[in-house]
Amino acid sequence: MMAAFGVARSSCGLVNGLRISLRGLAQVKHGAVAAAVPQTRLQRDSRWYSVSHPSVKERIDKKRKAALVGGGQKRIDAQHKRGKLTARERVELLLDPESFVETDMFVEHRCSDFGMEQDRNKFPGDSVVTGRGRINGRLVYVFSQDFTVFGGSLSGAHAQKICKIMDQAMTVGAPVIGLNDSGGARIQEGVESLAGYADIFLRNVMASGVVPQISLIMGPCAGGAVYSPALTDFTFMVKDTSYLFITGPDVVKSVTNEDVTQEELGGAKTHTSVSGVAHHAFENDVEALLSLREFFNFLPLSNQDPSPVRECHDRSDRLVPSLDTIVPFESTKAYDMLDIIRAIVDEKDFFEIMPNYAKNIVVGFARMNGRTVGIVGNQPKVASGCLDINSSVKGARFVRFCDAFNIPIITFVDVPGFLPGTAQEYGGIIRHGAKLLFAFAEATVPKITVITRKAYGGAYDVMSSKHLRGDISLGFDSVYGFFFFFQGAVQIIFRGKENQAEAEAEYVEKFANPFPAAVRGFVDDIIEPSTTRRKICTDLEVLASKKQVNPWKKHANIPL
Amino acid sequence: MAAQSFSPSLTRLLFTVKYASLQSRCCAVHSKAQYSTVYNPSEKTFDKILIANRGEIACRVIKTCKKMGIQTVAVHSDVDSSAVHTKMADEAVCVGPAPTSKSYLNMDAIMDAIRATGAQAVHPGYGFLSENKEFAKRLAAEGVTFIGPDTHAIQAMGDKIESKLIAKAAKVNTIPGFDGVVKTAEEAVKIAKDIGYPVMIKASAGGGGKGMRISWNDEETREGFRFSSQEAESSFGDDRLLIEKYIDNPRHIEIQVLADKHGNALWLNERECSIQRRNQKVVEEAPSTFLDPVTRRAMGEQAVQLAKAVQYSSAGTVEFLVDSKKNFYFLEMNTRLQVEHPITECITGLDLVEQMIRVASGYQLQHKQQDIPINGWAIESRVYAEDPYKSFGLPSIGRLSEYQEPLNLSNVRVDSGIQEGSDISIYYDPMISKLVTYGSTRAEALARMEDALDNYVIRGVTHNIPLLREIITHPRFISGDISTSFLPEVYPDGFKGHQLEVDRRRELLASAAALYITAQLRSQMVLGNLRVPSTPVECSHWELCVKLGEGHHSAEVTKSGNVYTVHVDGGKVEVSGQWNLASPLLPLIINGQHRMLQCLSRDASGKIVLQYLGTSFQVHVLSKLATELNTYMPEKVPEDTSSILRSPMPGTMVTVSVKPGDTVAEGQEICVIEAMKMQNSLTASKQAKVKSVHCKPGETVGEGDLLVELE
Repeated sequence: MMAAFGVARSSCGLVNGLRISLRGLAQVKHGAVAAAVPQTRLQRDSRWYSVSHPSVKERIDKKRKAALVGGGQKRIDAQHKRGKLTARERVELLLDPESFVETDMFVEHRCSDFGMEQDRNKFPGDSVVTGRGRINGRLVYVFSQDFTVFGGSLSGAHAQKICKIMDQAMTVGAPVIGLNDSGGARIQEGVESLAGYADIFLRNVMASGVVPQISLIMGPCAGGAVYSPALTDFTFMVKDTSYLFITGPDVVKSVTNEDVTQEELGGAKTHTSVSGVAHHAFENDVEALLSLREFFNFLPLSNQDPSPVRECHDRSDRLVPSLDTIVPFESTKAYDMLDIIRAIVDEKDFFEIMPNYAKNIVVGFARMNGRTVGIVGNQPKVASGCLDINSSVKGARFVRFCDAFNIPIITFVDVPGFLPGTAQEYGGIIRHGAKLLFAFAEATVPKITVITRKAYGGAYDVMSSKHLRGDISLGFDSVYGFFFFFQGAVQIIFRGKENQAEAEAEYVEKFANPFPAAVRGFVDDIIEPSTTRRKICTDLEVLASKKQVNPWKKHANIPL
Repeated sequence: MAAQSFSPSLTRLLFTVKYASLQSRCCAVHSKAQYSTVYNPSEKTFDKILIANRGEIACRVIKTCKKMGIQTVAVHSDVDSSAVHTKMADEAVCVGPAPTSKSYLNMDAIMDAIRATGAQAVHPGYGFLSENKEFAKRLAAEGVTFIGPDTHAIQAMGDKIESKLIAKAAKVNTIPGFDGVVKTAEEAVKIAKDIGYPVMIKASAGGGGKGMRISWNDEETREGFRFSSQEAESSFGDDRLLIEKYIDNPRHIEIQVLADKHGNALWLNERECSIQRRNQKVVEEAPSTFLDPVTRRAMGEQAVQLAKAVQYSSAGTVEFLVDSKKNFYFLEMNTRLQVEHPITECITGLDLVEQMIRVASGYQLQHKQQDIPINGWAIESRVYAEDPYKSFGLPSIGRLSEYQEPLNLSNVRVDSGIQEGSDISIYYDPMISKLVTYGSTRAEALARMEDALDNYVIRGVTHNIPLLREIITHPRFISGDISTSFLPEVYPDGFKGHQLEVDRRRELLASAAALYITAQLRSQMVLGNLRVPSTPVECSHWELCVKLGEGHHSAEVTKSGNVYTVHVDGGKVEVSGQWNLASPLLPLIINGQHRMLQCLSRDASGKIVLQYLGTSFQVHVLSKLATELNTYMPEKVPEDTSSILRSPMPGTMVTVSVKPGDTVAEGQEICVIEAMKMQNSLTASKQAKVKSVHCKPGETVGEGDLLVELE
């Protein structure tokens, strides 16, 4: 795959992607085109100084000043005009005041072809700002691509800067946040640029499961460049100003003859609701960066750290009376699982991941008595909360993130089964459904399962059941039943029997309640829903010291 | 995935198991009412009473039954199977699906429930079957006591035409008008002209403002005739109408009467119910600021005359319109317990439900007229799930995700039939509760009401607390200068929420800024032993920008201990409090004054919604840096709303008068939505061609649903 990628994709994917994004953003002068732009006053000044032999200190100051304005005021204005912040403004807003420690401000690109070696085409720091800083006091490594310098295109130097902070983040054990705003590869550098991408990809893969990696797409991200965000744990986008695609609309038109706009092809809406590539979209740069600060609070710094605990104002023994009436008695009537989740977690604060994709499963972060937890829940409001291909994959990836970073998982189960049909079978529901099963089974973090109404068929097993090493399994007293889908089961057991209705009633009486599971110990307790928060908080307290180790292996072979 | 069906018997069995443990809690919540009369346990009344109603009134009746040691039976529709009244009663019987015509109005099912449970008497509450003579007759036929007046009185007073004739005969002052049935729109116009405009067209069988229209000219008369007869038909199954002189700017004052089966009758003073919107009461008080003892006595005596004229027994209400010269006219008599009866209970100390039950079982009244006091003052606010910004209240629906009644305050009574988690659905009245406060003086009761409204936590549905709080603090209301047109006069352009004065705005901005900083500081509070130490930002001085509406306000905040000092809008505000970020209530001390704010929402990007002085305000708090950078952010273009018609409320489509391609004039009716038994006509906002229609008659629509698109 990587080999094919290196050759085939580099000629088709990466380069085409860049070309397209250049065309798509015709008003933006960047990449090779940027060389034609007249030099800025500042750079003229710096050349003048170089003639009259200024002191090293003066030169350092000049360089620093030059680095701070990136591609110059004109391009900064253009960036603002597009409703985007500059790379440095973004870093400043994301991090705690005065906490940013920049690295590689003096790095310049090393390309000597196509006139790139000229001074006017050299920008201190090149097209990315890198360093470390603090978010609410907690350490983080950041890179922020600078669209004002050659359209944020990725040079060898640019890649090297990113790799440097990623390496350090891994040795220290702190998350990496990437703020992506790049036209693509630096065409003038050719294979050097491609090598740079690969260097980053490798680090993304090595860091995966070691430190949390977050990508915030704040501008174009096209061609091979998209694989870096794709390899990170979370990809967030900014509505209307960010795009992610392998090939842009022009190539799409020439290859498949489809007419599609940038926004339709790779905008925030597409990726958060159709493709499932992005995990959340924000209104604008400011909102995105402020929300990212909030999101960051949920994450541990690395896989060596426990799930973080923040000061909590919500009582851990708070009763939630509204839950006693939330689950409708009829097993087919919908309710909103988010109502249950928000009512139980600290301060109703639930950061939902992929809220608009595969909505039949809900995943996201919350806190219980201050401690970060991952929440997974079937959503009866959408497609009856069934499991299908997309929801299984969405759930599995989230569960694996939580497991990798020691975040306890609370699962709310109300699942009628896997979605039947040719579309699902042909699409491979068997192997995709297996991902969720795999993820829950291999997870060694504390796992608490709350069955709110029903858990039928194989989906019962999959949803963090006791059998997959679930630590605590609780059933609401509204629980309707487990195991099998009633009508189907009744038809099989009582086939040919004259009085179907009576047979059904018999089966219902036997299984339409929490007892069959409770007597077998498959649920630990049947609880009043209003006490759920109190129970989970005390259980988590106990499970904080849970130790469970999977057998040694090079790595498991999750059914991809 | 397919629907499963289960036998009803099993359903009931499981249901009993599920909710048995909850009953005690519900009862504990609602036990604040205090009465001066002490229940006499030696007076034997009934063993078991069925309450043919739902919601707060069913709960209210059950409470008194419990006090009197009477077993209770609730009836409920299927959607109400976990409603508070269902859980509170000793027994509960499902009488049908959600629509009232199939459940709470389903006499057959209710009669079955009576037989099945062996209830000896039925309390009908208000609305539903409370004034249905047919129901009373059927009960009588089976030997079940109807807790209310006898059939004759219901019939006589239930018919507005007949009641007026009886009132005239009993020497009760009546309004000039046409005392007969109006059959056609043209006849209506003719009669209206004879009486002289303005006239009131109303359903003969109606009540509670339904099927009522005021008309100022011939055109409105025709339209009013059409609407009123439709509403009367759908609400009461009786489309007869009558027309009478409309008394402009009157007060609506009613007299509570209580009579027994032995010819004794009392008047329990008046209730002032002038604050209304669309002829439905919003705020009531007892006594009225307007009545002098002479008028009060005259009204009371006429009310008793009328009650005696129809051999009335049980509790009843005689409604009067009172003009500015204290002339009063009989409007109608309600032969049931009124919604607003608690305020009478507060000032007289009587438990009206207890009295109704006593009277129904044949006892004589315990009191003489001279025993009936006016003790202090009581105010009732009807808290509705509705949006007060749309015509002073269009119904809203939803789930009460968080709900907390201000029962921690003294002299507060809350009559409600819902609890946290309850659904306010389109099927029933959107009333959340009746919030009653009392005090030795009116000022005390009003001050208490302010506090109670500020402490009332309602989340999940839009509610009318902003309007209620504005009414009870309005100078005209405080001075007692009110009439039934109070709302349209005070808010001619519609209700806009509390208009902040400079000082109050400064307080709001300062509170928001302080809350924002509190949340920011808390974000740094990571606990436990950290592998990589945290380095929180040491800061005690912040520069913020708070956006409220279109205004940007710079705020400088300093903190010492729990006290924030905020310089904003050229003034200094000191804010302190407990700063609990999980609590919906935010009790603050602002410049030394205790203020109760509520935090409705708070998000990562600094958007905070605070409820202050009843109204919710959205503020956006940002650091100075974020504010500067925010100026580069593009404006998102909002949807053009002039060419689309969205449903302003959840409800059912009654008629759709246009089809694609039609040209509509500005103000032309496009469709009619019925919600909570009110028909609402939606009109075109401009002249245009209809592009598409997305609804059809009979369909249920949600708030904000797209109905019609214009070109």
